[in-house]
Amino acid sequence: MSARINLTLKVWRQAGPDTEGAFVVYEATDISTDASFLEMLDIVNERLIDAGEEPIVFESDCREGICGTCGLMINGRAHGPQKGTATCQLHIRSFNDGDHITIEPWRASSFPVLRDLAVDRRALDAIISAGGYITVNTGSAPDANLIPVPKETAETAFDAAACIGCGACVAACPNSAAQLFTAAKLQHLNLLPQGQAERWERTEAMVETMEAFFGSCTNHGECEEACPKEIPIDFIAWANRDYIKAKVKNRKLAG
Amino acid sequence: MIGSLDARIPAGSLENKWTDHKFSMRLVNPNNKRRFDIIVVGSGLAGASAAASLGELGYRVKVLTYHDSPRRAHSIAAQGGINGAKNYQNDGDSVFRLFYDTIKGGDYRSREANVYRLAEVSVDIIDQATAQGVPFAREYGGLLDNRSFGGAQVSRTFYARGQTGQQLLLGAYSALMRQVAAGTVELHTRSEMLELVMHDGRAVGVITRDLISGEVQAHSAHAVVLATGGYGNVYFLSTNAKMCNVTAAWRAHRKGALFANPCYTQIHPTCIPASDDFQSKLTLMSESLRNDGRIWVPQTHDDGRGPDEIPDDDRDYFLERKYPAFGNLVPRDVASRNAKAVVDEGRGVGPLCNGVYLDFSDAIGRDGADVIRAKYGNLFDMYERITGENPYQVPMRIYPATHYTMGGLWVDYELMSNVAGLFVLGEANFSDHGANRLGASALMQGLADGYFVLPYTIGNYLADYLGEAALNPNEPVFKDAKQQVTDEVARWLSIGGTHSVDYYHRELGKLVWDYIGMSRNQTGLEKALSEIAALGEEYHRNVRVLGSADTLNQSLEKAGRVADLFELAELMARDALTREESCGGHFREEHQTEEGEALRDDEQFAHVAAWEWQGAGTASTRHREELAFENVELTQRSYK
Ligand SMILES: Cc1cc2nc3c(=O)[nH]c(=O)nc-3n(C[C@H](O)[C@H](O)[C@H](O)COP(=O)(O)OP(=O)(O)OC[C@H]3O[C@@H](n4cnc5c(N)ncnc54)[C@H](O)[C@@H]3O)c2cc1C
Repeated sequence: MSARINLTLKVWRQAGPDTEGAFVVYEATDISTDASFLEMLDIVNERLIDAGEEPIVFESDCREGICGTCGLMINGRAHGPQKGTATCQLHIRSFNDGDHITIEPWRASSFPVLRDLAVDRRALDAIISAGGYITVNTGSAPDANLIPVPKETAETAFDAAACIGCGACVAACPNSAAQLFTAAKLQHLNLLPQGQAERWERTEAMVETMEAFFGSCTNHGECEEACPKEIPIDFIAWANRDYIKAKVKNRKLAG
Repeated sequence: MIGSLDARIPAGSLENKWTDHKFSMRLVNPNNKRRFDIIVVGSGLAGASAAASLGELGYRVKVLTYHDSPRRAHSIAAQGGINGAKNYQNDGDSVFRLFYDTIKGGDYRSREANVYRLAEVSVDIIDQATAQGVPFAREYGGLLDNRSFGGAQVSRTFYARGQTGQQLLLGAYSALMRQVAAGTVELHTRSEMLELVMHDGRAVGVITRDLISGEVQAHSAHAVVLATGGYGNVYFLSTNAKMCNVTAAWRAHRKGALFANPCYTQIHPTCIPASDDFQSKLTLMSESLRNDGRIWVPQTHDDGRGPDEIPDDDRDYFLERKYPAFGNLVPRDVASRNAKAVVDEGRGVGPLCNGVYLDFSDAIGRDGADVIRAKYGNLFDMYERITGENPYQVPMRIYPATHYTMGGLWVDYELMSNVAGLFVLGEANFSDHGANRLGASALMQGLADGYFVLPYTIGNYLADYLGEAALNPNEPVFKDAKQQVTDEVARWLSIGGTHSVDYYHRELGKLVWDYIGMSRNQTGLEKALSEIAALGEEYHRNVRVLGSADTLNQSLEKAGRVADLFELAELMARDALTREESCGGHFREEHQTEEGEALRDDEQFAHVAAWEWQGAGTASTRHREELAFENVELTQRSYK
């Protein structure tokens, strides 16, 4: 069961957004396999502080896999080796004594490094403000049970809505595309009856904002592999279809 | 000086107070709304819903959050659900029943008028969220499903798998981002509020530090809204997100805002027990699990057998035994204290004997594993990821952990603190839950405050300042406040002590948990007062904060937050010591019934204690707001 192991970490250190970064090697000794990956980094940081060195900057908040704040490239994989698991939920029991672990920030030009392992993901918020909502002013909503939503539709919309906005899909993609994020956000709303009124406008606006920030999708499928919520790539196909329809419909509406 | 505290509760019958008051409050016409600047600190359910609604109304809103995106606020982590008195299940629910359950659940230490309003607008929240596309669970006919939660005998909890907070926050966040696009809301992420700025006795702005560049900035407005969450991280280990802290509220407190009932903290019964001392936080298993899981420990002390080897006769389903009417669904404080009692007796389970079982084998036998998976799949997965054990096969182990803080900044009926122009929403205020919060009611309260209360009440305040510009942020009050923040930052970096901020935070947490935790007594609280002060003194002398002020520096961020937690912890101890009764989450060992239940003293303590800051090292002054109960009868809570 619980054991203590030694790890060798190769960690990306970068003092600020405009400075060069480099890998630094740290020995993480005597780590319990019951520790989470981030608790292991906490321990390393405590030891660094004791030694008078600045701790490694990495971000996390809920440590329950839901806030989407954490996110590290661990041995080249977004969120590390365990499928369907955010970095904060990864435990040291997934590693072996003597392992060498490379830890990097998300690598994507739209996610500039702020310091060490922390990146700026505001481009994802920009996609949402472009149309990732249903226009309903506070107080104007009808009774919640007025519009029944077939259970299956609701469930599928939920599968998309489960996205935690961590950006692993972008980090994993060879083109740094944000298709899986955008498609999940789109399909959550596009599938529901409440989301129909703005469906075509939303689709066009979000997709085009995405394209302004991110690379384009060439169907590698790495995003689905990396997604801690295992959001299926099918949503991308769906969103693409919606986008083509949107282009036609929006032209008609404009005409 | 503050006289007797007046909550400005409107006259009239309970049922009509809010409707009548909405009519009597002054309005700001749409053209004039554009001339008012409002700062909203916080982008959780309370802050995001408030900012979006104010933006829709046409106010000029500025949202400040230390998160990198508004969507990451701690609200995202709420699992179980949100209450709404819809009575869709036709099981006898009503606004009055939700009101009654909340007052009773809060052990008669909350304000009737506020709680009634909360229950009243709860139904609108469900409508609003559904219209935004929040994917609440549905039945086969396509209508909304409900579950029951602790402290209630009706099914009024709406839920979205185990991710209700996430989905509700995404709804509020999407509404917020719509306003950002519309230009009514200006969003500042990674901005931490470190000072409240006052002028002529009114709140006129805040000072922030940009967490990336370190720049200290002044923000001026006609009103300031704090929606900055709770202070559960004073215990270090809690179910709160790691960054949760009390700084925004505390800095306002130091500027004169009263802090009410700090000793009312909630311990959640169903968390995964700690496994070692590197533990960085505790994970909650939603209390909805208590609908189907049965809680038990072995009958005898130090029973060495595995759970599957212990026959039914040798098990003690202690909640079902003691509380036949509510069984495993008793309120949180009752469930938590009973778990502590059996563990203290030496009947705890797991490698460190620090838990009780939460067993699904009967439910799986009855409904099948698929039904259980559909209801709780993601919680089961989460449990397995953390512990390495499969709860479909082995009972979960759970133990109470700090989860929620009922105390907070004092606010009146309009959610304004005693400082004019300073409004406080969500978990940051003390308002609606009395001494104990019912499950699924925090999400409800945050959204009620933000969507349906503040947008009305803030106009009533602003109406007085029509035609007055917000203060120039170059005024001396702002400059002085900026200087204060800059000096504070420099001070942390200059100490050069020997221990990290986290080290002191952990040590503080142990003291608070031991002495101001699930059960409290005079000796312990007095000890807490002196030990916290001593440790705090050492902290200021010996903490080590490396690096510089003009970069992303996480130790520096934490240094100020932990300093505020130290001061808060002392106030908690003082508040707990003065409240010579047991109520809700505040259990004083000296005050209990023969059966070990909380014993209130309504004669002496049916009031809110609101503390006034008197400066570091000086005892705070205790003010009272008397609570009048006109619609419910004060009884001893009984869940038998
Ligand atoms: C694990 C867990 C599960 C829960 N489950 C449920 C549930 O099922 N049902 C339920 O009703 N309740 C639940 N709760 C409680 C509920 O989630 C919280 O009480 C509620 O979400 C708090 O919302 P809030 O908007 O008040 O604050 P928060 O969501 O905590 O937001 C605080 C905001 O303030 C900002 N902030 C704070 N300080 C500063 C500062 N100094 N400067 C700038 N910004 C600042 C933060 O960045 C953040 O945006 C749960 C809580 C936990 C911990």
